[in-house]
Amino acid sequence: MGQLILNTLSQTLGNFFSALTLFLPRVLSMVVVIVAGFLIALVLKLIVRRIFGIAGFRKYCDSAGLTQMMRKAALPPPVDLLGQLIFWVVWIVFIVLGVDALGIGALREQISRFFLFLPQIFVALVVLFIGLLIANFFSRATLLAAANANYPSARLLATLVRLLIIIFFVTMALEQIGLGRRVVLIAFSIAFGAVMMGTAIAFGLGGRDVARRFLERQFTDKEEPTEKDEEISPL
Amino acid sequence: MAEELFLSDEFIRKLTAVGEVDILVGVPTFNNRRTIEQVVNAIQLGLVKYFPRERVVLINPDGGSNDGTPEAVRNSSILDFRTLLSLSPLRTIHRITTTYGGVDGRGSAWRIIMAAADLLRAKACAVVSPDLESISPEWIEALVRPVYKEHCDMVTPIYHRHKYDGMLVNNIIAPVISAVYGVRVREPVGGEIGFSGRLACRFLEQDVWHEEFVRAHSEIWMITRAIADGCKLCQSFLGPKIHAPEASSQNIVATIQQALGTLFRCMESQEDYWLPRTEAPQPVPVFGFEYSSGVEPRRFNRKKLLAMFQNGVSQLTPVLESILSAETLAQVRDVAQQNGTPFRFPDELWVKIVYEFAASYHHSVINREHLLQALTPLYRGRIYSVVLENQRADSEQIEKRRELLSEEYEKQRPYLVENWTRKP
Repeated sequence: MGQLILNTLSQTLGNFFSALTLFLPRVLSMVVVIVAGFLIALVLKLIVRRIFGIAGFRKYCDSAGLTQMMRKAALPPPVDLLGQLIFWVVWIVFIVLGVDALGIGALREQISRFFLFLPQIFVALVVLFIGLLIANFFSRATLLAAANANYPSARLLATLVRLLIIIFFVTMALEQIGLGRRVVLIAFSIAFGAVMMGTAIAFGLGGRDVARRFLERQFTDKEEPTEKDEEISPL
Repeated sequence: MAEELFLSDEFIRKLTAVGEVDILVGVPTFNNRRTIEQVVNAIQLGLVKYFPRERVVLINPDGGSNDGTPEAVRNSSILDFRTLLSLSPLRTIHRITTTYGGVDGRGSAWRIIMAAADLLRAKACAVVSPDLESISPEWIEALVRPVYKEHCDMVTPIYHRHKYDGMLVNNIIAPVISAVYGVRVREPVGGEIGFSGRLACRFLEQDVWHEEFVRAHSEIWMITRAIADGCKLCQSFLGPKIHAPEASSQNIVATIQQALGTLFRCMESQEDYWLPRTEAPQPVPVFGFEYSSGVEPRRFNRKKLLAMFQNGVSQLTPVLESILSAETLAQVRDVAQQNGTPFRFPDELWVKIVYEFAASYHHSVINREHLLQALTPLYRGRIYSVVLENQRADSEQIEKRRELLSEEYEKQRPYLVENWTRKP
């Protein structure tokens, strides 16, 4: 009985070590590929930044207003972003190659799918970028309008607006790469409802004096003198 | 002529029927039924009383009023005032009404008036607001005579105001124009203005009338353009200015956005003129006898002003961080933490803020409309401080403080130039 256990154990260990000796070089080559990929990506990033720097791309972006647009979306300048993009694309390709070197069948299938996905991922990234721009713009607009109307939780309101818009665009991006199709519909319904509610609140806050005057005119014979909070005429 | 394209055939026909004129007075209107009769009558009396021998015309571009304003202009007649006049009008006062593109098209109204001045070969022109309650016939003389007799190119008004009135003009617009353009104009945004027909033609030739900043506050553009072109400016004292109540309750946020947006855009388009300038600001001659009289006091909720300033600073810190320098923002936050009567928003800090906002606007660090909106809470803090400081001040002390603020703007001008010209 004891002998049987020992035999089984030694066989298992033998199998494990033989599998390990087969697998370890693959892991090692994966690490080498990933590290090399990191270094190549880094060098490429620096080269791209240098080339665009020499070519005056930064100035061109400034004059075309692209830098301002990126700044408004809380993103780095175009040259830096391009460098980052190249770095990540190159490194991800190397990571995928490294993982492929492991030789796991299921992973291989996923990797080939990943490459098919790449164009959709690119479109999704563009959607996300536009979403970020829109979210930042409306979030700041909300913050300023609410703060100027002396609304106490202006920042909270602005964060909510930003979050809502980002959620909406993330869902759209997910839809683009084929994930969570149903979620898009639900998210859109929620976001649309929230926007309508926000608009109603905005109209309520912004136009309350107009509404009050209108109601007073409709339901009273005479206009009551109303207390004015800010009578300093600016001009 | 290019300007004829935006004038209706009917309007051109009426202008042609008038022929040539010496003096043109324009009154752009939009739903001003309540005050327009008084304004038109004052204009007509002024013209008959002070310019009885001149050929005159009154042009009324209307933005599509639905309260009978244009009809009131057309129906008013100088014959109703025979008892007020020692002499009879020697010539007909022509009154021509036309329409322009709605409430936001103030620039279009100005353009129509200038085109009419060009077509009628007017020697002197004046434009007055339609919502005035304090206008008198003397205003017409004060605005027209310096152009017609003294050969000035442009006449800006000086009003007798309550010490808390015209805060934006006193705290930003006038001192910035003085320090930046080197001309001390007291009221660069008054609704009343006089100018020569020659200057009207020159303005008309400029390809700027489609620009939003010119349409919003044409007066600021006209004054800065006139200064940059080396025109002869003068000022006329008009007396107290009282607007119809609905006109004086303006929205501060929108007014700041429009007026300062126009000023900063003008600075941007005319930087070749003002950036190299090094001379001290020059005074502008004043016509008319300046007197002071009792004006209606201004009341407001001070507590709310302070609260809005403090709340604004704390809520808008992330936005202000991208507009102001770290040092200035820290000072603003210190000011916002003050409470009660010792509250003070120093001139030095205020000028620094305005200049940093101007430079940030120029460099478009964030959306320009957002940037101007972010100034509103700080402006509220500033006027709260000014009101506290001037509570017991008489007109002499107020004038002295205004001078000191102007000097501060002039002193810090190199700081503006440095920020304006640095790379973002």
